[in-house]
Amino acid sequence: MKNQAIYREVAKLMMPFILMFAMYVQFHGDFGPGGGFQAGVILAVVYILYALVFGLGNARHVTPMTILRFMLAFGVLLYAGVGMVTMFMGGQFLDYNVLSHDPAHGQHLGVFLVELGVGISVAAAMITIFFVFSGQEH
Amino acid sequence: MTAHLPVLQVVLPLMAAPLCVVIRQLTLVRLFSLVVTGTAFLISATLLYQVNTAGPISYAIGNWPAPYGIEYRIDLLNAVLLFIISLIGFLVLIYSKNSIAREITQNRLYLFHSLYLLCMTGLLGMVITGDVFNLFVFLEITALSSYALIAMGGGRLGNPQALYAAFRYLILGTLGGTFYIIGVGLMYMMTGALNMADLARLLPSVFDTTTIQAALGFLVVGITLKMALFPLHMWQAAAYARAPSTVSSFLAATATKVAVYVQLRMIFTVFGQIPLFRDTPLDEILIVLALSSMIIGSLSAVYQKDMRRMLAFSSLAQIGYIVLGIGLNNATALSASIVHLFNHALMKSALFMALGAVFMSTHSVKRGAMRGLGRNMPITMAAFVVAGLSLIGVPLTSGFISKWLLVQGALESGMWPVALMILVSSLLSIIYIWKVVEAAYFKKPKRALPKARDPGPTMWVPMWILAAASIWFGVDAGTTVGIANKVAETLLGGVPQ
Repeated sequence: MKNQAIYREVAKLMMPFILMFAMYVQFHGDFGPGGGFQAGVILAVVYILYALVFGLGNARHVTPMTILRFMLAFGVLLYAGVGMVTMFMGGQFLDYNVLSHDPAHGQHLGVFLVELGVGISVAAAMITIFFVFSGQEH
Repeated sequence: MTAHLPVLQVVLPLMAAPLCVVIRQLTLVRLFSLVVTGTAFLISATLLYQVNTAGPISYAIGNWPAPYGIEYRIDLLNAVLLFIISLIGFLVLIYSKNSIAREITQNRLYLFHSLYLLCMTGLLGMVITGDVFNLFVFLEITALSSYALIAMGGGRLGNPQALYAAFRYLILGTLGGTFYIIGVGLMYMMTGALNMADLARLLPSVFDTTTIQAALGFLVVGITLKMALFPLHMWQAAAYARAPSTVSSFLAATATKVAVYVQLRMIFTVFGQIPLFRDTPLDEILIVLALSSMIIGSLSAVYQKDMRRMLAFSSLAQIGYIVLGIGLNNATALSASIVHLFNHALMKSALFMALGAVFMSTHSVKRGAMRGLGRNMPITMAAFVVAGLSLIGVPLTSGFISKWLLVQGALESGMWPVALMILVSSLLSIIYIWKVVEAAYFKKPKRALPKARDPGPTMWVPMWILAAASIWFGVDAGTTVGIANKVAETLLGGVPQ
């Protein structure tokens, strides 16, 4: 579809806004509807759109498999890592209260980090699934 | 840190799994996962000791108190299960090195370690949690990772059948998981609770509604699918036969046991305040299914030519014994079930390990290929025979202890035909184990087997630890039976008769 001017230009135009929306859903998730899972999926949509319009080869070049795999693992590690940190700071596992002087701030920070972890892992998982399926030769 | 042991038990392997993906370098990954499973084993041993001496432990995740947040709750029953899972997990991982190098594609080996740890995380989590929804999450972690592990049998020496087996397990396993979550959803609808202790308190007042009775039905069917009881065992034989040997030794010893644990938890804790065995035909259903599993499982095992399929069908029979003990509804039979959970895990894992070693040297697990192996692979075949004797239930092996208790339990309930069926099923198991012994020790190989020889110590040491343990716990059964009696008393203690 790279040669179709309308597809190409519209896709180029859309992608930053989709990215922005993903960020909004991710980081505004604690005040409005949203959260890491949804944001991760929306973020992955950008890559899928890019792969559809500009070809799989280009998309794989932008996000190599090694980076995706690292992101997959890193999200989970970030989530569980927050739990470990709270434990070393004297609380229970995933007790965000101890992360800051003020329990409310602690909860805020904890949920922020944990949801970031979810977002990273989900985005990487969606892109990986897309790459694996689209890369198959019947 | 000792206060955090319950959560570390699950979180250590959980964090180790993605770290394996990050590390990637095979030697490091292997060393790292050995350290983690070893630590998990130490933690479970400590927890078992603590629970046995000081009573149940409760841990509030995120410091949210019990009915609102997720609670990890360890009593003697799940402490025993944690111990089994992490013991088998550790030993099988030591064993795995050469075996997986032969059976799994080289560039997937680090993923194997990651999935293996994830599967272990799921099993440990299912057992440790006191929250029915959290249990579902861990159930899915276990299920998804085990589908992938089984499918890995398709690499290198294996065959594409593994993918088919994994897919079949995926369909049925997902059905099982869905039934379970429907049951949980129905209970949540009526009580608004997900914590097991909370549910136990709230359920009696709504038990006469069809919603809760439907929930019970969904739960029992879903869990029965997961533990592969007749007639829902169809996925098991193919999955165990096609998976890499290492995966079969781990899953056969732990996955179905954990499903049995969930069944026990549902019947005796969540529905613990309701006399299910008096008010519903659940006990008759369990007994009939268990007896069918025992006879059909043993009979099918006799006719198998593929030895891994034979062991899978024998697992069906053994799960039958365990469920029978639950259905008989008395303390002796129930403690027989719990002892057998432990004993069967040891011997079945040892048997699959021995077959894995045979597969490595002869590239086949057909009975015909085992001719004359008694001479070529004395250490492996001796381990197979010892664990096999325990499977039959010969005196001085651990299998004898559990069957003896089970027969006693059946007689206590006045069901002598059931006791007879146990003996019949045991006789059938003599036939299928003997066929292997005959092939290995009394028949000449069709052609010379110059290459077939015993594997290195990384393989035979864990195999023999398990085989020796099944002798040890047959001679000195005081510890296991003592703990099982205590568990059975607490489980039955809460149920109004």
